[in-house]
Amino acid sequence: MISFIPYASFRFFGLIALLLAPIITLGLLGRRCQIYNDSVAILMTFLIFAAEPNQLISLIVFILWQALLIRFYLAQRRKTNKILEFYLSVGLSILPLFLVKLSADLPTLSILGFLGISYVTFKSIQILMDIRDGLLKEIPMINFLRFITFFPTISSGPIDRYRRFKKDADHVSTSAEYHRLLEMGLHNVFLGFLYKYIIGYLVHKYWLGSPFLDANSISSIWLYMYGYSMYLFFDFAGYSKFAIGVSYLLGIRTPENFNKPFLSRNIKDFWNRWHMTLSFWFRDYVYMRFVYTAVKNKWLCNRYFISDIGLAVNFLIMGFWHGFLPQYIIYGLYHAAAFILFNKFERLNKAHHFWMKDNPWVHGLSVIITFHVICFGFLIFSGRLNFLW
Amino acid sequence: MKEVKDSFKQKVYSILEDACDCNEIKSNPNIRLFDEGLLDSFSTISLIVAFEQELGISVPISDFNRDEWATPAMIITQLAKLQ
Repeated sequence: MISFIPYASFRFFGLIALLLAPIITLGLLGRRCQIYNDSVAILMTFLIFAAEPNQLISLIVFILWQALLIRFYLAQRRKTNKILEFYLSVGLSILPLFLVKLSADLPTLSILGFLGISYVTFKSIQILMDIRDGLLKEIPMINFLRFITFFPTISSGPIDRYRRFKKDADHVSTSAEYHRLLEMGLHNVFLGFLYKYIIGYLVHKYWLGSPFLDANSISSIWLYMYGYSMYLFFDFAGYSKFAIGVSYLLGIRTPENFNKPFLSRNIKDFWNRWHMTLSFWFRDYVYMRFVYTAVKNKWLCNRYFISDIGLAVNFLIMGFWHGFLPQYIIYGLYHAAAFILFNKFERLNKAHHFWMKDNPWVHGLSVIITFHVICFGFLIFSGRLNFLW
Repeated sequence: MKEVKDSFKQKVYSILEDACDCNEIKSNPNIRLFDEGLLDSFSTISLIVAFEQELGISVPISDFNRDEWATPAMIITQLAKLQ
């Protein structure tokens, strides 16, 4: 079976152009044929995984598992609001992903995996969190399936939220609204080509591919660091643009993933601009929940210390999520340390005002320092420094 | 929409001023707290805990959306809805 990995081949783009043509035509008339949209969704999900039948089976089993868990927790939550059931459901929801990540050490477990498992797991956990908070009282199965298997974002996000997604999915755009969606959708798709297949490709081929970078000398590694950071951004931001663009064509305003991350003025600002749907997910569901529980139950008197622990937990989990490999764990700890130190710096500066934030020169310097801190993080992430440990 | 009492407003303002460590909230009810760097995820938690303890209103963390809770005035409207 030929492969239809999202946005990886002209075959894929050709296929969606063909399948989306009726959706676009109807959209411009201010209409939508839900049965057709759902058929396209099923066909695309099938084709994306069909080259690897194992993955298709794993995906189906995974979705059934998550659907059952959500049913179970929803029914429990209607009766009582016990924390044990909540943790149990979240734990069981993460279990497949955990086992797949563990397969770096135990290869037999990789059978459970499929392309995009980590991204779909996030969506499912987010639903459990919303149920816990009483923000979701019911989730019709069809809506759950549409959300979880939304094919434009299934392989690598952006990670949408159920309530936001549902708002778009329930609303049939008027002709004027759809004109705008189409315009933004195509704009994003073309930016995707520019980012991923022109800039990203050139950086990868001529910069990272340069034989000069092979040596383990400081200058080679230094240049590799810049090249890798650029490649990582253009490749992933390009992918995200495709995913967002195609979502728009389907009437879904999938959230942005990047907002000029290399212009961040500090590490906190960076995490509001880089892989935003992931970092906001972590912010809302790991860091903030942890700090909230700890502050409310007065686990420690010093709130700043609670926040530091929260940041360490947050970035460590994010590291493990990338994979159970040393470079990812160190990357997580590195960002936690940078974030905690920056918070201390910011508090000191609030008291003593030695770093004039509003001065354009100071701003420029902050951007340059931050840029190097994040590039060094990506260097760790890339595994290029693995010879050191 | 129901009328928001002035005493309630004053209470929210003083909670906000504590959490943001800034005393210009009252005079600036339309200031964008997150964009101005007055609120971040950490101070948001202090805010949510204070709303719970001092006003008896519990705001689910995942409901505290930075677009809908962007300014003091918007926060008052949102809280009044949950009251």
